[in-house]
Amino acid sequence: MAGPTVIVVGAGPAGTRAAARLVEAGLRPLVVDEGRQNGGQIYRRQPENFGRKSSELYGFEAAKAEALHRNFEMLRPHIEYRSETLAWNVYDGALHLLHGERSEAVRFDALILASGATDRIMPLPGWTLPGTYSLGGAQIALKAQACAIGARPVFLGTGPLLYLVAYQYAKAGIEVGAVLDTSRFSRRIAALPALSARPGMLAKGLYYSLWLARHGVRVLTGVTPVAIVGETRVTGVAVRDKRGRAREYVCDAVGLGYGLRSETQLADLARCRFVFDKLARQWLPETDADGRTSTLGVYLAGDGARIVGADAAELGGRLAACAALTDLGRAVPAAEIGQLRDALRPMLRFRQGLEKAFAWPANLAADLPDDMLLCRCEAITAGELRRTATELGAPEVNRAKAFSRIGMGRCQGRFCGLAAAEILAATLSVPIDQVGRLRGQAPVKPLPIATECGA
Amino acid sequence: MKPNLKQDDPDRGLFRRVGKTARRPIRLDVDGAATEALAGDTLLVALLANGVRLRDSEFGDGARAGFCLMGACQDCWVWTADGGRLRACTTPATEGMSIVTRGAVWPGRR
Repeated sequence: MAGPTVIVVGAGPAGTRAAARLVEAGLRPLVVDEGRQNGGQIYRRQPENFGRKSSELYGFEAAKAEALHRNFEMLRPHIEYRSETLAWNVYDGALHLLHGERSEAVRFDALILASGATDRIMPLPGWTLPGTYSLGGAQIALKAQACAIGARPVFLGTGPLLYLVAYQYAKAGIEVGAVLDTSRFSRRIAALPALSARPGMLAKGLYYSLWLARHGVRVLTGVTPVAIVGETRVTGVAVRDKRGRAREYVCDAVGLGYGLRSETQLADLARCRFVFDKLARQWLPETDADGRTSTLGVYLAGDGARIVGADAAELGGRLAACAALTDLGRAVPAAEIGQLRDALRPMLRFRQGLEKAFAWPANLAADLPDDMLLCRCEAITAGELRRTATELGAPEVNRAKAFSRIGMGRCQGRFCGLAAAEILAATLSVPIDQVGRLRGQAPVKPLPIATECGA
Repeated sequence: MKPNLKQDDPDRGLFRRVGKTARRPIRLDVDGAATEALAGDTLLVALLANGVRLRDSEFGDGARAGFCLMGACQDCWVWTADGGRLRACTTPATEGMSIVTRGAVWPGRR
């Protein structure tokens, strides 16, 4: 009775809903996830012995988190679930998996990639100092470990997560030093029509902002980051306010982030075609409305395809599964696909509003000092990258990488790559899409030296 | 109110626990010093609730204490006493672990 082999990478909202739809169709998908427990990052579960109520962990999203976790538990007998397993390569119709020190290649008929996202980072001087964390990381510390990243953190960057994390920290009793947003407040007003596509989400965003104001948390918009200050650890954050005045905030930790970026390495290794996404100012895998990529049998869902958030990820996961099932010759009701596409539409419009209200501050890249560490993996400076263009003639990011090793370190450019592209484009005075994109390389994360290769 | 941050207090770590501290204590050896943590802590939290660093940059630019906390940046690697590499943010801390954070012990070089 061996049916087609369908692999789902990721057990967050997109991966869970994709697996559920495949199970409904009578398949037994293989679900591969790096986490110890399902839920992804957004609905990440706490260790078993913590016992906090889900409302404490997920706030307004508790019901959604519980529903997703329940759904996954129900799926368990019907799927092959491999947790703590890294999907590290896609080659010749097989997905390469690592668990512990053992690697194995699994051939697939369909592959649904729901690999999620990481924080979108614009580095600044001092960002490698102990006490600086990504915003997502700051939230994980609280959600998954009941820890704050410091006694008095400052949150710097832009995007809805900036306000949500500050709110969650303040509610947990932590003194928030300041919330420093690079986006001007007027941008939010301009984005209101698009943001109104999801009134509930908009209301939650407003609630967090108002809550912070009511509780006396200092919030500045339109700031220009200058540096994270400290000798051996974070002791402050220096910015210029919207009028250009220098300000410094004493703190012992910084949560840094400018929205999210998709984890697209596996799609790249699967040779999916990428297109330049003007909204996100980056190259993303090309998909149709249902998540089909240019590579036969490879589908994308959730934030790993483009940043649309958890609700859209649930819909996208189901939709990608429908697409895979259709292509495998299984009957999928046209009405179901139509409904999912309709439900996704306002979320895509909302995403446009978010990118408008909380834009990636591309303009900061040109002014980053030459001696700033751009690559935290190998301590390579912004100046070294600029010299690949000015002295060595690198016309795009992969050549610059070959010359400077920017993006070659063990994070594979996840945290410096977008800023590096902006710096290179500014140095060369060309539009950002002309400097290309860092090509994904296997393994997508470092493998242990002792890795043993199975069949 | 002037914030009172004891930056140099060696007894205070980078991280602050905000509850759920009634968990079973566990003991680790960190660079030869006995360190107490709580069952359910990741290794990163166990180390940063007690200290302010996880590792030194191999490129001489100072101490690091992780960054992304979700297994993506690889900037929280620590070493076991016998030369094994651990990603602190995704590794649970367990009773009796022996961790080296200073002077990376490369495998086979001991």
